Amino acid sequence: MSTVTAGVQRRHAGDWIFTIINYGVFLLLVFLCAYPFYFLIINSVSANDVSALGDVRWWPIGFHLGNYKEVFHLEGLPLAAVVSLGRTVIGTAATVLASAFLGFMFTQSKMWARQFWYRFVIVTMYFSAGLIPVFIIMKTLGLTNNFWVYVLPFIVQPFFIILVKTYVESMPESLQEAAEVDGANIVQIFFRVYLPNMTPILATVAIFSAVAQWNSFQDTLIYITDQSLYTLQYLLYMFINQANSLAQAAQNSGGDMSSIISAATSQTPTSIRMTVSVIVVLPIIFIYPLFQRFFVKGIMLGAVKG
Amino acid sequence: MTVQAALVHEVTAAELGDEPGGKKRRLREKHAGGRKSYGMFWCIVPFLILVFLFSYFPLYGWIYALFDYKPALGLSGSEFVGLQWFEMLVSSPTQMTQIGQVLVNTLAISFLGIATSVLPLVFAVFLNEVRTPWFRNAVQTLTTLPNFISWVLVYMIAFSLFSSTGLVNSILTDSGLITAPIKFLDTDQHVWVTMTLWSIWKGLGWGAIIYLAAIAGIDQSLYESARIDGAGRFQTMWYITIPQLMPTYLVLLLLSVANLLNNGMEQYFVFQNAFNKEHIQVLDLYVYNIGITGNSLSMATAIGMLKSVISVILLFTVNTIAKRVRGTSIV
Repeated sequence: MSTVTAGVQRRHAGDWIFTIINYGVFLLLVFLCAYPFYFLIINSVSANDVSALGDVRWWPIGFHLGNYKEVFHLEGLPLAAVVSLGRTVIGTAATVLASAFLGFMFTQSKMWARQFWYRFVIVTMYFSAGLIPVFIIMKTLGLTNNFWVYVLPFIVQPFFIILVKTYVESMPESLQEAAEVDGANIVQIFFRVYLPNMTPILATVAIFSAVAQWNSFQDTLIYITDQSLYTLQYLLYMFINQANSLAQAAQNSGGDMSSIISAATSQTPTSIRMTVSVIVVLPIIFIYPLFQRFFVKGIMLGAVKG
Repeated sequence: MTVQAALVHEVTAAELGDEPGGKKRRLREKHAGGRKSYGMFWCIVPFLILVFLFSYFPLYGWIYALFDYKPALGLSGSEFVGLQWFEMLVSSPTQMTQIGQVLVNTLAISFLGIATSVLPLVFAVFLNEVRTPWFRNAVQTLTTLPNFISWVLVYMIAFSLFSSTGLVNSILTDSGLITAPIKFLDTDQHVWVTMTLWSIWKGLGWGAIIYLAAIAGIDQSLYESARIDGAGRFQTMWYITIPQLMPTYLVLLLLSVANLLNNGMEQYFVFQNAFNKEHIQVLDLYVYNIGITGNSLSMATAIGMLKSVISVILLFTVNTIAKRVRGTSIV
């Protein structure tokens, strides 16, 4: 047995070197991708005076969870969290339902001018009037400084509709025929027969649109000036850029001036930034591995058939 | 986004082109006798209205490019100036230099993106050679993670690692290599390269997914027969895996050519500062900066309009090329 392996090894000495280098390079890539996240986390739970100097590198120094308690006293942050969560939940639900419904309806060859309307929707992927005209239209429609600007423009997503449509086309037609024989109308067929059977593709659409909603930053930047509609991403951006106001926020959130605040736990701009970053990224880190399986499959279901 | 677009192409080619998946349904349509349902159409009308409002109706806004639009006065109160803004673009030397620089930035960053677009393919080919399933999965999971965070968070990470008090400077100072912190972020040098590097950091693992999917679809008998012929690992990689991935790569390449002028603005917006402004301003960011921040709405509309038109022309050109070369269209 061992001689056989040795023989294989001798014959493929180059293979071993290749394998080692290959694994080594991938380890390095993994480190480059994962370490920054780890760095944010250990810094958010370390002594604030140490982390401000960039001295927390491999493990937390002076572990404490005070930052998380304090940061929620920051002005605007709890509300921003609610807005971010709200747009993610409502926006995702709307996008998923619309994608499922439209994807299904566009498979209905009996629909009047189906091909035309399908193209009418799909070609919007390839052109845009541009930032300013869209901005002016949003203003005209009263969507600036309005929560619905986070939801309405996202509802119809051509890419998702294509994914769903392709998926529905791969389902057996007898499903629909059977339901038609039973006298169900098109809406009933959609909700009772198709929707429950679309889970894999809808999970894919849901994770994509949830991530897009949670991460969206540009729409707040362009359409929102009302502070009560700021999202976590926008707040984080402001925290990175406004060192002065941040120092002030740190002081304010310290609260009770009479209590002795040690340098290790009192807020610093760095500790605020790191902690808010972790709050922003944690949902993604948690949800993502659970869904990865789903969307890789979902994408293949939708895309590879071409 | 580019990968999303990429995933789309195969499907759209099918949907808008010859629609192979719809064959069965088309047959059924014939048998059904072609009685059209308006009821079904009315069901989707609300969504069509949304599409119209947010995608088609803004096109009407292009006429702002012909006015000296002042938001306070509205369109009716604003002065009609014809092609003044377009003339200004080419006649005023300062405007010309500025636009010229913006165009150079846009193209430079796009071309660096195209030049490095082979990296996800290489990543996938080499990851395919990793034979340990758990290690493969771990690599795939962890390297795709950056794709799922916002550019704001990428900037936050860049800031905490590379600012003057950040990790890298603190390590370099501690080890005595430097005495004063290096300004990684507040500098106009190498902006194009650093922006490309951040794009790669964010997109490499994700970009590889489509190639991994394509690799999974390669006919295994190709490998078997190659091995019988005595092909080694590198030979199968070079003569089978890579050629099999080429169609996918070419389509992605063509799409990135079609998107030459569309770098988006988010990445550059978060990374821009007073020091790197000259080299980081790409077209999309420039339109934002002069339009929303600078309030020259009409000028910004004119530039955005030209950009959109050129992009659509590029897309159709690329599509024609794809049709000639591959026999299938990408749009």
